[in-house]
Amino acid sequence: MIEAQRLTKRYGEKTAVDGLDFVVRPGTVTGFLGPNGAGKSTTMRMIVGLDTPTSGSVTVNGSRYAGHRAPLQEVGALLEARSVHPGRSAYQHLRALALTHGIPRRRVDEVIALTGLGSVAGKRAGSFSLGMGQRLGIAAALLGDPRTVMLDEPVNGLDPEGVLWIRNLLTSLAAEGRTVFVSSHLMSEVAQVADHLIVVGRGRLLADTTVRDLVREAGGDTVRVATGDPGRLREVLAGPGVEITGRPGSEELQVSGVTAREVGLKAAEHGIPLFELSARAVSLESAFMELTRDAVEYHGTTTTAADRTGSAA
Amino acid sequence: MSTLTQTTSATGDTGAAPGRPAYRVTGRRVLASEWAKLWSLRSTWITLGLGLLFLVVFGVIAAYRYQSMIGSPRMDKDFARSTALSLSLFGANFAQLALGVLGVLVTAGEYSTGMIRSTMAAVPRRLPVLWSKAAVYGLVALVVGTAGAFVAFLVGGRIVSDTSAALTLGHAGVVRGLFGAGLYLGLVGVIGTALGALLRSVAGGISVLVAVFMLVPGLASLLPSSWHDAITPYLPSSAGQAMYALTHDATTLSPGAGLLVFLGWTALVLAGAAYRLRRGDV
Repeated sequence: MIEAQRLTKRYGEKTAVDGLDFVVRPGTVTGFLGPNGAGKSTTMRMIVGLDTPTSGSVTVNGSRYAGHRAPLQEVGALLEARSVHPGRSAYQHLRALALTHGIPRRRVDEVIALTGLGSVAGKRAGSFSLGMGQRLGIAAALLGDPRTVMLDEPVNGLDPEGVLWIRNLLTSLAAEGRTVFVSSHLMSEVAQVADHLIVVGRGRLLADTTVRDLVREAGGDTVRVATGDPGRLREVLAGPGVEITGRPGSEELQVSGVTAREVGLKAAEHGIPLFELSARAVSLESAFMELTRDAVEYHGTTTTAADRTGSAA
Repeated sequence: MSTLTQTTSATGDTGAAPGRPAYRVTGRRVLASEWAKLWSLRSTWITLGLGLLFLVVFGVIAAYRYQSMIGSPRMDKDFARSTALSLSLFGANFAQLALGVLGVLVTAGEYSTGMIRSTMAAVPRRLPVLWSKAAVYGLVALVVGTAGAFVAFLVGGRIVSDTSAALTLGHAGVVRGLFGAGLYLGLVGVIGTALGALLRSVAGGISVLVAVFMLVPGLASLLPSSWHDAITPYLPSSAGQAMYALTHDATTLSPGAGLLVFLGWTALVLAGAAYRLRRGDV
């Protein structure tokens, strides 16, 4: 469980994190989303006490991170890719961290096996590929068998097999009842594993929601249907939670609240001819872009059609 | 993923959930961690070896040079007044650089590599890490420095044994001087770690170290002589040398006073490092 209250961090003039309030709950994977520079890493650094908040506070499992007797048992964190001395072997790195807590040698061997580092544990960490480095970081995060696991951009630099491994790991950690908090700037990544989403932009909270709600709010789950008898189709589909729009005189209707399958079945049942039936899935990615459009720090120079209409309006 | 769940039984009183091992950060464990960290890097072995080598080899070279120049008119007056102790500790000037640099690496090296984030996430109270690093490395530098000083004296002393510089371990002040040299090198190591933690930069730490121990003494000689005489004995390098010198005059501190002054400098830099560590972000 991670709880942030009015969490704020300023570096001189620049406000990196601006009054964030959120709760990350155990038993599910919570995605922490935002464009680059949104304050995700800074927030995570404050959670484990590396950065001191300018104001506000953040607690882990009920108290300040530094206030715990065995911090590594409360939160296991993978921060920026390299938090390792390149001259030390993977085993020695984990062993040194384990020694601070009295974590037995056996556990070091366990996390090495779990992260598939067995064959390279004796090699200097500096010789590791990006993917191996990430695995070492994750091994360190799991060392204390923590109740909360927090990973900053864990799939960066991983090959497809590694990405899949992380996804399975995150889901199984959550299934064991742990709190899992994962940041990413890619919606598609997070949507595969996360149930809950915390979206930030320019240090501010943009959304604290679920994947399903985010899609629905962005106008997802609409079904486009063209029929010879729009009037009757409206009557047939009408019901609680169902919303139907369409220009008068047009054959085309936009229906939300029911699936394309249900529309088709209803139409067949009542003998209404359909010419076209398609689910207009708003991709998560575009829902995310919509949400964070104003918060993106560095825009590219190529403007899309959507951007132009947006600025003209 | 069953391997994730630790099956070690909880040792009881720490309030951990049942079935979870009761880990805990303690000062002794942080010390053990820093000890393991120090010896698991190749640079430690190399630099300590260099320090030891400088200490012994330069001492022996100085002794040979003295022995070969006896009676020669080219020998300058200061050099002629050398003793077996001063000759064999000639390498301390070079060894202090090696040991001080390794001290800087012990702390600043963690910042330059990013290791510090792992370290401070494991010990978020931070200060135990600084104390442990200073203690562990200070002790190692002390042992290496003392051993090197004795070896250099035993070898160098034999070389000059039939000259006027001859001294044995039995002479008053010799053993004190050798232990003083070891203590001095140990404290230089502590100053190195503190400088590294204070500046968080390997290059910065080494620069300040070299400036303090090599440049400042030279610059001080440019001061008007009354200032020079008043200030010089209290500089870290002079106070340190007083810890292992055999003879003391009006312009140098006694060994005890030298130790106190040098301890003061060490405490000052450590306090600065602790202040920065405590206050800022990592």
